[in-house]
Amino acid sequence: MAVKNCKIAVLSGKGGTGKTLLSVNLASAAADSVYVDCDVEEPNGHLFFKPQWNIEKEISVKIPQVDPNKCDGCKKCVEFCKFNALAYINKNLKIFDDVCHSCGGCSLVCPQGALTERDKAVGTLSVGDSEGVRVLSGMMKTGIASGIPIIKELLTQCGSLEDDRPIFIDCPPGSACIVMESIKDADYCLLAAEPSIFGRHNLEMVWSLVRLFEKPHSVVINKCVDQSDPTDEFCKENRIKILEKIPFDVELGTLNSNGKIATRENTKYRDLFSSLLEKIYREVPHEATVNSER
Amino acid sequence: MKIAIPADEKNIDSTVCQSFGRTPFFLIYDTDTDNAEFLDNSAASSQGGAGIKAAQTVADSGVSALLTPRCGQNAADVIVGANIAIFKTGYPSLKENIAAFKEGDLKPLEEIHAGFHGHGG
Repeated sequence: MAVKNCKIAVLSGKGGTGKTLLSVNLASAAADSVYVDCDVEEPNGHLFFKPQWNIEKEISVKIPQVDPNKCDGCKKCVEFCKFNALAYINKNLKIFDDVCHSCGGCSLVCPQGALTERDKAVGTLSVGDSEGVRVLSGMMKTGIASGIPIIKELLTQCGSLEDDRPIFIDCPPGSACIVMESIKDADYCLLAAEPSIFGRHNLEMVWSLVRLFEKPHSVVINKCVDQSDPTDEFCKENRIKILEKIPFDVELGTLNSNGKIATRENTKYRDLFSSLLEKIYREVPHEATVNSER
Repeated sequence: MKIAIPADEKNIDSTVCQSFGRTPFFLIYDTDTDNAEFLDNSAASSQGGAGIKAAQTVADSGVSALLTPRCGQNAADVIVGANIAIFKTGYPSLKENIAAFKEGDLKPLEEIHAGFHGHGG
């Protein structure tokens, strides 16, 4: 049973909990699927899928540039910019590219027509295939402040794919703007967590986020050992559904460390992730029905 | 010579504010006439780019020197671009720093921090 066109985001409050492990293996277990690496600051899903890139394109944003002969120093742009990306000093308009959010407002308010926009490259988008999995990966350029434009482009590309394949979104770690951008259009959020006090704290952060976005969600606790688990307690206290507990497993860890997709290597793991996938599919339409009644 | 100092309060007995971009006030002080004025720093509540906006306020005030405990890279770009010299404050109060500046005892601010901006877009 697959759910048509559903977007499943995998996120966690910190790095190293198993977002990529889950999203790569779920996409592989689904076989006919789309995997999107939104962790554009340090994408690593392609290291597992090893796709041949068919499409690689540069992603750019609009940054204002000034014609000093036309600028008369009225400072309307400086006053307009909510992010304070412009300063007028010594009869010179100074533009801070890294602070600019590319809204284009400054060139609209300039009475002299002194401001125009230029493209500034912020990263690349790559598309390839790996055994039936369409792989989309974004890579931010070194020194760029925000990965948001790249994530926007990745998800736009995803939306333009004319097929019914399920989409697995591998999110950046944490709960900041880049994560919000990654889960914005997701139908379901899978929260990867670790069984520790730190893991509990990090889960609490992403849990707050998915609730804020009113996203149906559940938790997978990874690297479980046979001792008391503060993350499990947190889920029980707050009645958060735990879909799976993946044991601390040296074999799984070794496969993953060697860039292997466990699902493709070993039937034991194929069964584990296929069963998790079925549980997710059962959750998505159920939750979607609940949402549509609101 | 007019100088600017970030101030915690709007009076001459105030302490120096530890933040440049988000200081509530700037003291604009004329070392020749001992005239003191205070400017509200509208950048204090900015979502982002507070240092740039605060530096614009300081540049527009027509001072020749800025006395501050710290300054970020973007703010420093504006201040230096406006030909304003940046000195590091050496004392907690406005008055002590004014006195030290008049004696030539304050050193130029050499450590410009990268800023606290750009996290998470």
